[in-house]
Amino acid sequence: MTSIVKSTTRSSTRPRSTSAAVLAAVAALVAGCSSGGSGDDPLTGGKAGDGTVVVGSNNFSESILLADLYGEALKAKGVKVSYRHNIGSRETTYRMLKNGSVTVLPEYNGALLAYLDPKAAPRTVEETTAAINAELDKNLTLLRPSPAQDKDSVTVNAQTAKKYHLTAESGIADLKGVAKDLVIGGSPEFQTRQQGLKGLKSVYGLRFKSFKALDAGGPLTQSALRKNTVQVADVFTTDPTLTKEKFVVLKDPKNLFGFQNVQPLVAKGKLPQKGVDALNAVSARLDTAALRELGAQVQLRHKDPLDVARAWLKSAGLT
Amino acid sequence: MNVLHFVGAFFGDGAHWHGYDGIPHRLLEHVGYSLLALGVAAAVGLPVGLLTGHTGRGGTVLALLATAARALPTFGLLVLTFVLLGLGLLPVMIPLVVLAVPPILVTTYEAVRSVDPSPVDAARGMGMGEARILFRVELPVALPLVLSGLRSAAVQIVSTATVAAYVSLGGLGRYIVDGLYQRDYEKVVGGATLVALLALATLAVFWAVERLAVSPGVRRGT
Amino acid sequence: MNGFFDIPSDLQHSWLGLVGLHLREALLPVLAGLLAALPVAQVCVRFRRLYPPVLGLTTVLYAIPSLALFVVLIDYTGQSELTVMIPLALYSLVVLVPAIVDGVRAVPRETLAAATAMGLGPVRRYLQVQLPIAVPAILAGLRVAAVSSISLVSVGALIGNNGALGNLLADAMFYHRPALAVNSVVTTAVLAVLVDAALVGVRRLLTPWMPRGGRTAPAAAGRPDPAAHVLGEAAR
Repeated sequence: MTSIVKSTTRSSTRPRSTSAAVLAAVAALVAGCSSGGSGDDPLTGGKAGDGTVVVGSNNFSESILLADLYGEALKAKGVKVSYRHNIGSRETTYRMLKNGSVTVLPEYNGALLAYLDPKAAPRTVEETTAAINAELDKNLTLLRPSPAQDKDSVTVNAQTAKKYHLTAESGIADLKGVAKDLVIGGSPEFQTRQQGLKGLKSVYGLRFKSFKALDAGGPLTQSALRKNTVQVADVFTTDPTLTKEKFVVLKDPKNLFGFQNVQPLVAKGKLPQKGVDALNAVSARLDTAALRELGAQVQLRHKDPLDVARAWLKSAGLT
Repeated sequence: MNVLHFVGAFFGDGAHWHGYDGIPHRLLEHVGYSLLALGVAAAVGLPVGLLTGHTGRGGTVLALLATAARALPTFGLLVLTFVLLGLGLLPVMIPLVVLAVPPILVTTYEAVRSVDPSPVDAARGMGMGEARILFRVELPVALPLVLSGLRSAAVQIVSTATVAAYVSLGGLGRYIVDGLYQRDYEKVVGGATLVALLALATLAVFWAVERLAVSPGVRRGT
Repeated sequence: MNGFFDIPSDLQHSWLGLVGLHLREALLPVLAGLLAALPVAQVCVRFRRLYPPVLGLTTVLYAIPSLALFVVLIDYTGQSELTVMIPLALYSLVVLVPAIVDGVRAVPRETLAAATAMGLGPVRRYLQVQLPIAVPAILAGLRVAAVSSISLVSVGALIGNNGALGNLLADAMFYHRPALAVNSVVTTAVLAVLVDAALVGVRRLLTPWMPRGGRTAPAAAGRPDPAAHVLGEAAR
């Protein structure tokens, strides 16, 4: 106790230095918070006020790769680009495009339409585009669709295919009698989407035993199919692991999953004409085979998506 | 803010009360995972804590181990065990057990070690064996603290088991993760409310256990 | 190309950059929590009756999972670092208030009487006597808050790559590269241990009158338990 009293008398300068330190800390904190806030806050930051184009991506590998393709193609034409990767599901990214915190996003036309208008049933790519434009937010616009398609699919694992004699020629409707015994898996949003459980019920009349929330065609989905935790799952048709694992993709004759062309969704007026031209040029060259090959380089050969994107753009003569 | 509105809407929706995604099923899953993790952690932490506390040895090693385990990020460990082991219950249990062992272990060790040595010496003088001393003399006195270690582990497990929904585990975390991806605030707020209520219920259970199990003499002393 | 310290391009940071980001995202909230906890704790010390309800409230706050708070905050602060930092500051506050209250209350009455007799007013008495004596308790609380904050930042990866080192976890899954998850876990754990050690060092600097090398282990848990205090308080 005496030592405490001594220490207080000895250090008569302490209050001043302490309060100075506290003040400095507060200042640093405020500065840190505000810089962290304004730099990253989608509501205020990155609004392309300085001409920077924000390229965003959803939470799966192919979306990141496509965003890299778009971003690097824009950079090659002298557009200033920043990236926001792995934002989340469409339910989130669509809002961020609307409020201007993302300028460009790789989209899939059929899935976007199903999000905007679950009842639409277009028969051609052109009809799809027209239907989307009718529903799209007035601040957004679609650029040219690419021939490259990546569909959601109803896919069964090898055991299930064998048990119920399902082959590449079988269709989703062939699950009709057995769905009640099967667990289906997909991303959490698959559960509430038209191109998901809702559509499988209304279009194909399928009611599954239960739904297991996994990820957007990623490793959780693959692992769950492999381990037979789920017998059926939503796998993307460009997924390089499809052939590796002997999963069987069921045909979709009623076109529930529609057209799924890769297509840039853009905030109106935020992208200069040269940028629009650059993205249209990418769409003209990108086909399904190329998309599948690029995905394999990233997921199976563990190459960095940015390197893969740059190499493809170069080989396609776009940079 | 209309959080209460969301809570009301969530619990008022009849669809949330039945089926595999209904509240009763998700709650049971959550309680199941939590009990399993707590059980395994207690099976590891209690014996080691009692033994080291009784002998008074290994305290430094325990403190080091506990610090290391505390430093491991639970969410990171969860994803790591998933990418290494694939989908399943085991990859989820490992991080939860790692999370829960340190509080149980360290508190038990401290509880037994800090028991007043004089009754222990008296018991030894009376010819009691070491095992009997541990269970008849030290443990009753140490029990309140031992229970507090278990309680803090249990609350942490209940709260943390929610992130396991990211690697496809069921339980109440489903509502929060699904709500994030579906942009469904009702689900997120409803799920969070359920987790918080479950944590409070856990506290209440431990309070009741303490009332029943701790000897009145010990309780008066603290 | 895929060395241990090579970070996938989509994270837009080097390994060191992620470390810096992680420390900022974890420790600024602890600092904010401390600055908020000091006055709150002082009020609780002054008005004893306030303490049990405050502790009850903090217990409830603490029981809400971090991810739920992140998601609810997205509507207000967007998918940003700030959205991650606000709940972390709240958790730090919850840990620090009981630590400070207990520390300040533990100052013996005779010491306070001596300080008053020396002519110290309430403010100087608080700054020069109570707070320095409470330093070990505050630092113990800070250690727990900092370590759990460093661990929880990773969860921010779920709301759009806002989890610093945690973002490596999402990439480990996307690209089937477990090494990235190992990197995330190991780096985060090492940061936690280093920050913990640094805080022990700070305590030694601030409390030169305390014996060195004594027992330093704080109350064990990653997510500490304010409930212990609530129940203790209720029993009193």
